Amino acid sequence: MQTTFHIRRFNPESESPQSYFQDYQLATERSDTVLDALIRIRETVDESLTLRCSCRGAICGSCGMRINGHAALACKTKVASLISSGETIHVEPMNNMPVIKDLVTDMAGFWEKIRQVQPWLQPTGSAPEGEYLAAPEAMNHLTGVMHCIMCGACVSDCAALEVNPNFVGPAALAKAYRFVADPRDGNSSSRLGELNNPGGMWDCTRCMECIEVCPKGVGAMDRIMTLRAKGIEHGVPSTSGSRHTEAFADIIEQKGRLDEPMLAVRTFGLTNLRQMFSFLPMIFRALPRGKLPRSGPLHRPIPGIDRIRRLFQRAKEPR
Amino acid sequence: MVTTYEFDVLVMGAGLAGLRAALAAHQTGATVAVITKVHPVRSHSNAAQGGINAALTDRGDKWEEHAFETVKGSDYLSDQDAVEILAQEAGQDILALEHMGVIFNRNEEGRLGTRRFGGQKRARTFFVSDFTGQALLHVLYEQAMKARLPVFEEWFVTSLVKDEQGRCGGVLAFEIRSGRMALFKAKAVVIAAGGLGRVFEPSTNALICTGDGIAIAYRGGAPLMDMEMVQYHPTTLQGKGLLLSEAARGEGAYLLNAEGERFMEQYAPNMMELASRDVVSRAEQIEINEGRGINGCVLLDCRHLGKKLIRERLSQISEEAKSFANIDLTEEPVPICPGMHYMMGGVKTDVEGRCWDPAGGWQGVPGLFAAGEAACLSLHGGNRLGANSLLETVVFGRRAGRCAGEYAETLAFPRISDGVVKDGENALKKVLARPETGDTVARIRHEMGCAMTEGFGVFRDEEGMAHAQQTVGSLRERWNRVAIHDKGQVFNTSLVRALELDFMLDCAETIALGAVTRTESRGAHFRTDCLERDDDHWLKHILIHYRPDGPPQLDYLPVRITQWEPQVRVY
Ligand SMILES: Cc1cc2nc3c(=O)[nH]c(=O)nc-3n(C[C@H](O)[C@H](O)[C@H](O)COP(=O)(O)OP(=O)(O)OC[C@H]3O[C@@H](n4cnc5c(N)ncnc54)[C@H](O)[C@@H]3O)c2cc1C
Ligand code: SF4
Ligand code: SF4
Ligand code: FES
Repeated sequence: MQTTFHIRRFNPESESPQSYFQDYQLATERSDTVLDALIRIRETVDESLTLRCSCRGAICGSCGMRINGHAALACKTKVASLISSGETIHVEPMNNMPVIKDLVTDMAGFWEKIRQVQPWLQPTGSAPEGEYLAAPEAMNHLTGVMHCIMCGACVSDCAALEVNPNFVGPAALAKAYRFVADPRDGNSSSRLGELNNPGGMWDCTRCMECIEVCPKGVGAMDRIMTLRAKGIEHGVPSTSGSRHTEAFADIIEQKGRLDEPMLAVRTFGLTNLRQMFSFLPMIFRALPRGKLPRSGPLHRPIPGIDRIRRLFQRAKEPR
Repeated sequence: MVTTYEFDVLVMGAGLAGLRAALAAHQTGATVAVITKVHPVRSHSNAAQGGINAALTDRGDKWEEHAFETVKGSDYLSDQDAVEILAQEAGQDILALEHMGVIFNRNEEGRLGTRRFGGQKRARTFFVSDFTGQALLHVLYEQAMKARLPVFEEWFVTSLVKDEQGRCGGVLAFEIRSGRMALFKAKAVVIAAGGLGRVFEPSTNALICTGDGIAIAYRGGAPLMDMEMVQYHPTTLQGKGLLLSEAARGEGAYLLNAEGERFMEQYAPNMMELASRDVVSRAEQIEINEGRGINGCVLLDCRHLGKKLIRERLSQISEEAKSFANIDLTEEPVPICPGMHYMMGGVKTDVEGRCWDPAGGWQGVPGLFAAGEAACLSLHGGNRLGANSLLETVVFGRRAGRCAGEYAETLAFPRISDGVVKDGENALKKVLARPETGDTVARIRHEMGCAMTEGFGVFRDEEGMAHAQQTVGSLRERWNRVAIHDKGQVFNTSLVRALELDFMLDCAETIALGAVTRTESRGAHFRTDCLERDDDHWLKHILIHYRPDGPPQLDYLPVRITQWEPQVRVY
């Protein structure tokens, strides 16, 4: 099958270093992965095509790149899964990190953020003589997160990182979760306290991209949501993010329907005058159009609220 | 301006052996740095799936049994003093790893659980699902971050440097990202640069396993040992050679031929699928050669293990079978064949990781240490047991790191002239400046891999080996002239691959030399023209010394026997 690879190239040593696209035609077979194809291009057409790769088996995390617009491992992406007949495959370096050359990105920032969550076990007290005893289920659960190979795909496609470079990002948060959920780690509270800061677990916008693109099923966003819940459980000092979540749930339990002004007040605090004033223009526009939502006592519970409250009760029962 | 870095101990390689050595050296109080051509977690140790052996005495296991099975597995070529240390110290190292944070699989009581591996009667393989290597490597890297060890990532080591007395005084390396060369001065250097799988085509090994450390030590004057001993793993996927871990058979999977028979009954009636790897690989190759295979393969059948077990304990390989062979392990058997997997030989060391003998029994390089797959103690002799290699990396990585740290304490920094950096730079420039010949590095590499597989496969004979040896010789000539097409300084992987090929050719030459020299069959070295093991003549190791101005020089060392006299080997 003749396939066209449309590859973004960048050579920092050229006279005017600017990225450009180059097309390569290649005969591909059903069993070929994108990595096989790229290696073949490199070996038979253009030796200067630069990429990282090593294991060929989706375990070393070297070959993260964007394929047809989404971050993926080249060695895990079958050419045949991308095209039916002769279409072009777009290959670009990962996003949200600087490009060094062609498909090679600089992952120093990625690792800096991993280090930020103090990614090592911090047990309390001295180690036991034998192994730590731990429930097999708890350990099996952790292996799910340990599957992360630090490929950077989630970070590449994270929507929050694109607008907020301070966000610690999905891979680091999944790594943090791995320790918070480890029965041997004694430092959950302070870890959660750290993650509560700006740039931490509340900065995720829940776009799901990290779940979508992860080649190892780590489910970073789900881990982040669990971290948030654990943060609230541990009573980390409230932030706008955690207050937003708590108020949201509370209002639904009481009224069955969102009370938006109340949500804003409880998230930001009535004393946060700057934030409150910033809502004024919106209120003045909404008022004459009859679109100002009722709030407080005027916002009545919906019919059947009992059933909703029972649901909440059930959810709160210990399993 | 010449860039120079100075550390008491410099560790080349950030796989399990390198990181373990670096942490141990750090604990002695030495200043330590790690230098690696890929980010540490990209090291090939991450690919180990099955597990790591240890006889934990509180579980009723005995280290002597583990040691004996290792010796028997080696076809009595391993040095038994080293094997005893490996087996005795295994338990303490497994527990240390657990305390660092490895999420080993647990049994119902919440204690560490085990599975069975080949060549061993007891279940003594500790594991993390089927991505044990990755789980270990990431945890050791966590510990390196915690200790704030300096790591020179994506730096490519090109050679050793020595002082006037011939002591190892560091390495030359260049930063891949900038092409900038630097001198790393060190009182002790630990080579932990992994295996050489890519010398063969196909191989289960990652593309970076090119024997750099083995060749660098060899050229630096350290002898290589047991180079003829190349392991073929019984269960690899045809084509690319990706591995399906022994864990599958450890959990009870069957091997079937085209007729649906569990053919291992004919070859190893007691241990069946879990006989030693050399035995199983040969059995498969015989089935295939005698027409009871399917397109050059036999079948690995996991169906009877059940979905739950496959999901919990074989997730990685079931995903691999799915994405690379398009087979659902729970529904269908998967075609597999023997594939090149592991190098038993390597840089000769003693039990402290030293590449020289303080007592002067053999010649080496003072100040140079080695650990992991690049080293040869010899623990594995003619054939390595599954799950002993990870164990070797942590036990002997730790010992080498500690010994290097203590050794460095006694010394001043070596005196090395800055001129070596200029020489190193010039050598690279010359390679880059070679004129076009129409030949390519990739082509030479491929031809070498195929020749080595042809000549030094599961079955070997004189004629085939001689032919392959000749081919390798002519490929060396071609390497000396081949041009590099990317002329840049920044991230020039073209250049990196050419230098790797240079190292691989050295490895290929020494493998060939060892193999033609050993006129018997032992372990993985099976010659159809000398079928028997010959203890009278060959209960010894072959050492190969590099000679800059002439052919390599051979030397021999007797096998060290402590308590297990050679016996006939049946499984
Ligand atoms: C698919 C597979 C599965 C396996 N499964 C098991 C198992 O279940 N149990 C078991 O016990 N063993 C297993 N093994 C074997 C085991 O994984 C390896 O032998 C072991 O991990 C080697 O570790 P190492 O630290 O010696 O080298 P590696 O992990 O290979 O590390 C080598 C290091 O050296 C660095 N390096 C190399 N060259 C240079 C250079 N020129 N400059 C700078 N740095 C350099 C690399 O960057 C890397 O960091 C398996 C092997 C394979 C291939
Ligand atoms: S869900 Fe959150 S962490 Fe994941 S990609 Fe989206 S914004 Fe980033
Ligand atoms: S979470 Fe997934 S996508 Fe993100 S770094 Fe880990 S393996 Fe890659
Ligand atoms: S090459 Fe290792 S993950 Fe793709």
